[in-house]
Amino acid sequence: MIRVVLPAHLRTLARVTGEVQLPVPDPSTQGGLLDALEAAYPVLCGCIRDHVTLRRRPFVRYFACGMDLSHEPPEWPLPELVKTGTEPFLIVGAMAGG
Amino acid sequence: MPAAENVHRHPTKSNARTSAGIATVGAIRKKTSADHWQIGATRGMVATSQNLITISRNANFHEQANSGPGGHVVSGVRVLVGTRKGAFILTADGRRERWNISGPHFAGWEMYHLKGSPVEPNRLYASQTSGWFGQKIQRSDDGGQTWEPMGDKFVYEGVPGTHQWYDGTQHPWEFKRIWHLEPSLTDPDVVYAGAEDAALFRSSDGGRTWQELPGLRGAKGALWQPGAGGMCLHTILLDPAHPGRIFIAISAAGTFRSDDNGQTWRPINRGLKSQYELPDPDAEVGHCVHRIAMHSSRPEVLFMQKHWDVMRSDDGGENWREVSGNLPSDFGFPIDVHAHEPETIYVVPIKSDSEHFPPEGKLRVYRSRTGGNEWEALTKGLPQGDCYVNVLRDAMAVDALDPCGIYFGTTGGQVYASANAGDTWNPIVRDLPAVLSVEVQTLP
Repeated sequence: MIRVVLPAHLRTLARVTGEVQLPVPDPSTQGGLLDALEAAYPVLCGCIRDHVTLRRRPFVRYFACGMDLSHEPPEWPLPELVKTGTEPFLIVGAMAGG
Repeated sequence: MPAAENVHRHPTKSNARTSAGIATVGAIRKKTSADHWQIGATRGMVATSQNLITISRNANFHEQANSGPGGHVVSGVRVLVGTRKGAFILTADGRRERWNISGPHFAGWEMYHLKGSPVEPNRLYASQTSGWFGQKIQRSDDGGQTWEPMGDKFVYEGVPGTHQWYDGTQHPWEFKRIWHLEPSLTDPDVVYAGAEDAALFRSSDGGRTWQELPGLRGAKGALWQPGAGGMCLHTILLDPAHPGRIFIAISAAGTFRSDDNGQTWRPINRGLKSQYELPDPDAEVGHCVHRIAMHSSRPEVLFMQKHWDVMRSDDGGENWREVSGNLPSDFGFPIDVHAHEPETIYVVPIKSDSEHFPPEGKLRVYRSRTGGNEWEALTKGLPQGDCYVNVLRDAMAVDALDPCGIYFGTTGGQVYASANAGDTWNPIVRDLPAVLSVEVQTLP
């Protein structure tokens, strides 16, 4: 199972607390993880990726294993530590000053 | 995040004109809703909201209560407030003296607009949006106690095409958010949504799915151009007397009318003059219309707060004439019509497009009982010094009680109410986030 940490607003929308755990079919890719997340929680469709183009929303970031994976393509394989559930995949709202 | 007001680009217009009044016609009540309503059912009410608070306030209105025979209260109001950081629901009985405040619902999200179905008032629709996480549509079927997310897939029909961009180039249509939701007058499952970039969407399944009415963008859409607040479709008026007739307004494109349920559209901007905003002051499209309003008993009469100028049409928008009269400034955002007096209208003058606050730091609602031109300042209970808030286009509403109640919210977080058609005012609440929208439901 892959562990996903959602930002607070998306946890509220999805009505979950804490981490989400998802089975992601092989090959475990970033796009496959997001497909599985949206299938499990349809309310998140459109919140992380555009409904139509499936492009990441501009102010959403993907972090894992201390790396920023936001700019990796959907077919990018997830890090092994994420695949094994050792490390979570973080979906993050980008910083905003003010 | 984008502002819900237009920021503008032209010099201050001085305005102290007067002109002849317009005859007053008879008062006809607005259609009132009919559904059960409970006051105070607020705690622990919303699965998708956080940090709800419930407080009661005595707003100390000076005027009479709304009472039936024997003096008992016969109805109540529910005020739906959208703010930059959540939604709030303010309820009171017909006296409109003691208020129950619940919220924030959807804490931290921009709540552009909430509105109830006229035929099923406990059905509420809400536009929830975020610069981070996009657009959600929420629906409540119990008057705001619980909410369910509906569909939010707003996809332009066909090849979206382009519109004018700030630099004069053409720019593709891109969905950003829903500014306004307008439930059908007859079917609780039908609701219209006004989008930025400007387009009109319709749902016939209670908000689960949405289809664009693309004919609107065919009405010279390539010439439309965003104001600095965004190219938003912010006003939707459904004509109760002419089935299939819809009026909409877009900043900065103008006003448009459909007579066939939104299939085809045409601009209705004849008489608008935008000498400070457009190279052709009489252009067919491009006018920065801030808000239009009608009284349901006379839907052929429309009132408009344009960027500058308060305007009136007596022929369903075919022709407009200015009725700014003696207003201290005819710049502003909201405009509304008294529930029982179709010739009584309200605006909130703002100093200018470069200074979005009340003239002289005095927050004044202006009322005309003659359909425009002759205006009186309503000041009792409103701050008359050092007040520098704005009142946004969707942030004023009227109830259908008698006397008519008027409500507006400010960018400073105050929601003011008058239970006597504007003669006196009191704040229902003072310290909300910046108010984006105010709607009121009159309930039995």
